[in-house]
Amino acid sequence: MKNTEVLVIGGGPAGLSAAAEAASYGAKVMIVDSDLRLGGQLIKQTHKFFGSAFERAGTRGFVISDMLLDELKGYGDRVETYSNCTALGYYKDDGVVNCMEGEENYFKVLPKKILVATGAQERLIPFPNNDLPGVYGAGAVQTLMNVYGVVPGKRVLMVGAGNIGLIVSYQLLQAGVEVAAIVEAMPRIGGYWVHAAKVRRLGVPILLEHSIKEALGKDVVEGAIIQQISPGCGFIGEEIHVDCDVICMAVGLNPTCELLWQAGCEMKYVPQLCGHVAIRDRSMRTTNPNVWVAGDAAGIEEASSAMVEGRIAGLSMAHELGYVEDKEYREKSALYWERLNALRNGEASAKIREGIAQVLMESSGGMER
Amino acid sequence: MSKSEGLYNSGVLPPEMYEQHEPPKELWESKKNGLVIVECPQRIPCNPCHTGCPTGAIMEFADINDIPKVDYSKCTGCAMCVAKCPGLACFVADLTYGGDEEALLKLPYEMLPLPNEGEEVECLNREGKVVSKGKVLKIVEPWKDKTKVVHVAVPKSLVMEIRAIRVVRSR
Ligand SMILES: Cc1cc2nc3c(=O)[nH]c(=O)nc-3n(C[C@H](O)[C@H](O)[C@H](O)COP(=O)(O)OP(=O)(O)OC[C@H]3O[C@@H](n4cnc5c(N)ncnc54)[C@H](O)[C@@H]3O)c2cc1C
Ligand code: SF4
Ligand code: SF4
Repeated sequence: MKNTEVLVIGGGPAGLSAAAEAASYGAKVMIVDSDLRLGGQLIKQTHKFFGSAFERAGTRGFVISDMLLDELKGYGDRVETYSNCTALGYYKDDGVVNCMEGEENYFKVLPKKILVATGAQERLIPFPNNDLPGVYGAGAVQTLMNVYGVVPGKRVLMVGAGNIGLIVSYQLLQAGVEVAAIVEAMPRIGGYWVHAAKVRRLGVPILLEHSIKEALGKDVVEGAIIQQISPGCGFIGEEIHVDCDVICMAVGLNPTCELLWQAGCEMKYVPQLCGHVAIRDRSMRTTNPNVWVAGDAAGIEEASSAMVEGRIAGLSMAHELGYVEDKEYREKSALYWERLNALRNGEASAKIREGIAQVLMESSGGMER
Repeated sequence: MSKSEGLYNSGVLPPEMYEQHEPPKELWESKKNGLVIVECPQRIPCNPCHTGCPTGAIMEFADINDIPKVDYSKCTGCAMCVAKCPGLACFVADLTYGGDEEALLKLPYEMLPLPNEGEEVECLNREGKVVSKGKVLKIVEPWKDKTKVVHVAVPKSLVMEIRAIRVVRSR
């Protein structure tokens, strides 16, 4: 059995920020992450980020990850990291988390405080032949290209014009892969307008109110049928044949919340946050007093907000452990909330604001929560 | 959905929105080195165009979600914002460059291959259609972060049309 004061599950921007914050006050932190490298989504993001200077806007995602890891190095032995290590389960009765490192090393951890920062899982949509090789999630395409330097194919049909679909399309073009078209079921792009403008000017059509009907091919994807859709009426108009060898799905993410269910946290289905999320207070503490949540696991949002939520959770865990003076805690927490609110102030975040309003509880006892 | 709505909703600035994005004519025509054009019409939480502008021409944001506002009298055409903006939404157009026929555009570029100085490239409009050829005059990397700014001579009548270039080489 290993012991630690803070266990951070998931080493993406939320988890790393929380670890840095807690360690900066002296807490002993352990980070576990399933991936081979820490950084979460950031390591595949070669584009420059939005947000404010505080959250390192204008900097490329993977560079932000390196900056966070450097910050953690500064805390020396206080921070212990395990990559290729998955938290498998949480035992509510004794508070033990069991982990599997690689395929051999199974161990248990007894942490005083736990942060679940497990990020998100990709959604798929049903259509005939969606199990053919060549149908990818956007995350897989990004990992292949930007982590391993492998292109997924020659010509891609992108499904979904949210930020992920738009950004991955741009990155495919950068890698020399053709993007035949982006289909989007809604009458407007869901992602930022400027991201759409970037791919449009390079000649990629975005077909609004269109979706994929079927993947074509016998052993692998050889094409796709797309068609216009009308709200409430399903497919209308002529079927369009698209020549492609990859169909990339960017139709949304769901929070990864299994461990939160296991921890007995009160959960709520909130469509604006893209799935089941834990009820939490302003310190990101759930209804299980030893469990905090931050980042996409707390509702699908952005790396910028994930980092601030991580800071808030890290600060609060350190405070609960007695490392932070009450006054300092109050002031810093107010500062972080100011940043978070600023990030969430735009029209693109209206949905997030509605979602957060449904899951934020007043206080779970203790001070200033 | 009207045609211009369809364009806008898919990420293309429709012609009736050009005017509100153009710098004031008189200043623009006489300003050596050019003036910035910022095509960022949606409120999003983002401000590197302001923080990266050395002269304060892109004004401070009261709210980070504000649409960028430009004080054209302060803009030097330096194109630092062109390379900083994560949305690749800033461009510089220098109307003093080539007499009545030509103008100079400073466009962000993150593709391969890099054009050579002096090379003729295809100029693309906001929908990716080739609308002219253009000659690359210079390539710079203002922030040394891999985003290049390509200076390209284009037909003057197309400064509000051309927003990207493509290198064409026979293999
Ligand atoms: C294509 C794309 C572009 C984006 N662009 C931007 C942008 O420009 N600006 C911006 O702010 N945001 C952007 N985002 C969003 C941003 O990447 C995410 O919101 C952010 O990464 C969420 O951080 P996180 O730490 O919550 O989760 P993640 O980064 O997903 O990290 C979660 C980590 O947890 C690990 N994990 C999961 N379960 C377990 C377990 N049981 N045990 C151990 N480890 C586990 C995973 O391996 C992963 O490493 C983009 C996302 C994508 C996909
Ligand atoms: S061109 Fe230079 S001066 Fe003008 S807005 Fe951009 S950064 Fe500022
Ligand atoms: S940096 Fe670019 S995308 Fe961001 S607000 Fe400024 S112009 Fe818009």
